[in-house]
Amino acid sequence: MKQLKVQKIVFFGILGLATLIYIGPFLFSLSISFNADKDVFEWPIKLFPERFTLDNYKNVWKELPFGKWLFNSVLVTLIQTVSNVFFSALAGFAFARLEFKGRKLIFGLLLSSLMIPGIILLVPKFIILNEFQLINSYGGLIIPGLVGVTNIFLMKQFFETIPKDLEQAALIDGCSYFRIFWQIFLPISKPALAAVAIYTFQGSWNEFLWPVIVTYTEDMYTLPLGMASLRTELLTDWPLLMAGTILISLPTLMIFIVFQRYFVQGVASSGLKG
Amino acid sequence: MATIAVKDLEKVFPGAESATIKNANLNIKDKEFIVLVGPSGCGKSTLLRMIAGLEEISDGELQINGERMNELSPKDRDIAMVFQNYALYPHMTVFDNMAFGLKLRKTPKDEIKQKVEHAAKVLGITHLLDRRPKDMSGGQRQRVAIGRSIVRNPKVFLFDEPLSNLDAKLRVQMRAEIKKLHRQLDATIVYVTHDQIEAMTMGDRIVVLKDGIVQQFDTPMNLFNNPQNKFVAGFIGSPSMNFLPGKVIQKEEATFKSKSLEFAIPKDLRPGLKPYIGKEVFFGFRPEYIYDKQFEKSKRLSENMEIVVDSVEPIGSETFVYFHFIGNPEHSFCFRSDSQFSYGIGSEICIGVDIERLRFFDKETEKRIM
Repeated sequence: MKQLKVQKIVFFGILGLATLIYIGPFLFSLSISFNADKDVFEWPIKLFPERFTLDNYKNVWKELPFGKWLFNSVLVTLIQTVSNVFFSALAGFAFARLEFKGRKLIFGLLLSSLMIPGIILLVPKFIILNEFQLINSYGGLIIPGLVGVTNIFLMKQFFETIPKDLEQAALIDGCSYFRIFWQIFLPISKPALAAVAIYTFQGSWNEFLWPVIVTYTEDMYTLPLGMASLRTELLTDWPLLMAGTILISLPTLMIFIVFQRYFVQGVASSGLKG
Repeated sequence: MATIAVKDLEKVFPGAESATIKNANLNIKDKEFIVLVGPSGCGKSTLLRMIAGLEEISDGELQINGERMNELSPKDRDIAMVFQNYALYPHMTVFDNMAFGLKLRKTPKDEIKQKVEHAAKVLGITHLLDRRPKDMSGGQRQRVAIGRSIVRNPKVFLFDEPLSNLDAKLRVQMRAEIKKLHRQLDATIVYVTHDQIEAMTMGDRIVVLKDGIVQQFDTPMNLFNNPQNKFVAGFIGSPSMNFLPGKVIQKEEATFKSKSLEFAIPKDLRPGLKPYIGKEVFFGFRPEYIYDKQFEKSKRLSENMEIVVDSVEPIGSETFVYFHFIGNPEHSFCFRSDSQFSYGIGSEICIGVDIERLRFFDKETEKRIM
């Protein structure tokens, strides 16, 4: 009993420390975003600003094309999330459940593409999109991220855990393979689909590098790029930047809170034995 | 409603060295309850899945009602299947689970409702119709799985070890219910199990499979009394048949001789065993037909056999006595004794086997001789 208590204290200690390390910078940003002083890097750091203001948040909307950037970000993220969920589920189902020639080879090729660092692909991707005249367009922002190999892999792994009997029962009931996918597999794969959705959402909402490369006019910027453009060599309005950053991080936070239960719920509770 | 004919059916899985099902031939009559039984890995489920259309047929032909089924997909064979782990759709209510197949066949809504409710009533699950599979017990899920199969009123029902996930008591109860259902539905049923008691109690006829080969296809009592080979003899019956290897030799009369046991072969059996004189055979005798000579006087028993009791297992109604023949402690056998007699471990007794029940098997082919 006593040993358990000690263990608990140690665990909580470690977790507490880790939480602090992660949440510390966030709290600091939060405090800066409410600071009316422009000079925010005084030592010691103040967690509560002396002159509290909401002006920074107002200015984000007034002084910057924040609305346009938000629109761009939402558009890119929404399309990429939906298409990733749809296509990775479809591909995952095919790899997990359909027999076709070259299945293993194609899947192996897909997986091996994960071994190539993304940075190396930037230039070829740029050249290809340039050929299609998609630079500085929504097409250029969106198309390269329509489907991800990691997501396909995730969905395949998940579908493979679904008992074969379920699919065979559906076959006997009279389902086509697409119907099995649509009416049986998708509904019971919510946790995996949610994982793919959240993963994609986060990645595409926070994506910085690709927009930097593929856009060059301010009206095509996404939020992270827009915020970064506020940093200039001579003068950076830190409170304004932080206010924008905090606003950007809100959707991710909310999405996580909403979908969290799918993670907790774990593997599909199935109608099978157990 | 439906006959099933299996003709020279073969199944070879890609990459496998030998066939999983070899040259299977079965003629299943209309409304028959057929049980496929055998040890695990014998191919019984594969055979069922071939009938269902879930496994491709490598060779041979499958007919339902005289029509070739080989190329038809499962949904076009007019069959229903109940799976071992129920395979209910976890995201649907019981009603939707049962209605799913009907919906896919574009059955009118009120007809679906009426059929599902009728099936639910038959199975006693009306109160569960709104529940989801995860909120039910194993027995209830099994009923739903059966319900799902009966609403469509198919020609053939296929059961793949449906009771093996249930506890012993529930299994006995469901056994009776499925039997009853069979009478009500008037349907042809093919049922897979590894449990020979389930097979014996449920089947009109039983297919015994081993290593993908049909060993015998017969009624339960024929399997028990007239097994065609040593495997069937040993597989059917519990405790299983005793086997003692030995030789048929010619003394003044034909005699069975093994290391520890020697007895003259009864007159009625001599002609059949004549070709085996000098050859090796198995002597088979069931625990049920061994009697203590001291108490059993009315039956025609074989010559005296002297045994030593190794252990006893009283199960209430009767007692299983494990023994060996004097002089041969390596081979252990079992006999089923009346529970009123008690035997001490190590005690020596004299037994005899009912003459009608002596069985002999060819040692090489394992085919039954007598």
